[in-house]
Amino acid sequence: MAEGVGEEKKKFSIWDLPDVPMGQLPPHLELQRSRVSCNKDAPIHTESIQYSGAYASMGIDNSSRLDRFSNNFRVEVVQLNKDDMEFDMIGIDAAIANSFRGILIAELPTMAIEKVLIANNTSIIQDEVLAHRLGLVPIRVDPRLFEYLSENDQPNEKNTIVFKLHVQCKRGSPRITVKLDALKWLPNGSELVKETRNATSDSSSKPETYTYFGCSQEIIPEFVKNPIIPKYPDIIIAKLGPGQEIELEAHAVKGIGKTHAKWSPVATAWYRMLPELRIDCNCCIIGTYRR
Amino acid sequence: MEHGSFTDNSAATFSLTDEDHTIANAVRFTLNQDPRVTFCGYSIPHPSEARVNIRVQTTGDPAREVLKDACQNLMLMCRHVRSTFDKAVEDFRASNAVKAMKIDSQDSSGDDSEESE
Repeated sequence: MAEGVGEEKKKFSIWDLPDVPMGQLPPHLELQRSRVSCNKDAPIHTESIQYSGAYASMGIDNSSRLDRFSNNFRVEVVQLNKDDMEFDMIGIDAAIANSFRGILIAELPTMAIEKVLIANNTSIIQDEVLAHRLGLVPIRVDPRLFEYLSENDQPNEKNTIVFKLHVQCKRGSPRITVKLDALKWLPNGSELVKETRNATSDSSSKPETYTYFGCSQEIIPEFVKNPIIPKYPDIIIAKLGPGQEIELEAHAVKGIGKTHAKWSPVATAWYRMLPELRIDCNCCIIGTYRR
Repeated sequence: MEHGSFTDNSAATFSLTDEDHTIANAVRFTLNQDPRVTFCGYSIPHPSEARVNIRVQTTGDPAREVLKDACQNLMLMCRHVRSTFDKAVEDFRASNAVKAMKIDSQDSSGDDSEESE
């Protein structure tokens, strides 16, 4: 049990401040400007003093010029794994950090399944529930290789990824669980044929499908190295009883989290201010070691 | 859209569509840092409508120039953040690779000393 040395804590008095402005804020104002203090009931000084002329009467310039920012700003990475990352940004204001957080969650594009064409679904999972679950599945692909699909565009190999799911549980066999590894990537585009009313159209041409792939997606070298698959192949999509079947095709497009949370690339992103502990000299420190 | 600056162009309200707190708070921060600005703030007239009103009042300079400069500053700041971040990630990866190699070499040297004894 350690006890603080019995010396008088130097009390700060404003009568000690010099008359001529020294170019630096007095310590109590500097504390108010740069730190959020956590008091017993609530934190104080949470608003950051951003106004450039806040301390103009003392002759101190509160504006932050770009060169000062560039000199003082540092980033320190604390941990960096495949799926998460933690880093400290020192010298940046909470407003910009919050904007980064918002952009991470809502405005980074990813690929997610948008249209699900269901050919046959005799399982107990309803069509729309199945489609919703498929939409939330994370797909392991770099979204920068694709373009956005707008309403007037036709789905082609540059803006769509096509997956197929065909599972069947035979009569007499036990119930099966449909996991994501049953979802197959179709690099050549959709295989479902559109019904054409025109019977006189030439039968020698290829039947029209729901996508218009000019070339196969397999030839892109990026996809040869890493074929497009869902990131976690053991996610359960549905469960089938004997005699039930699911046959569907899913089209994935590029989008951002603002439209729908399925396009958000992060599970979540948050920030907090770095805590600073200041121990008062006069208090007794009773500590237990925590391993 | 710029409102309210017909008579006096040092004070104006800029109405941005399809925007929200993300950009408005960041622009307000950089505007505040500019010494030419006497007042700046933003408001969202209705949360269901994606529209932001940014109010800028300056010490004489036209408000739209000051806003443009603030946006430019924000862009430069973000660019600097990005380059610092990239460098920090590279350094971290490099130092981790070095650490992994050091641990391997320590293990192997430990085995050697045991064998010699």
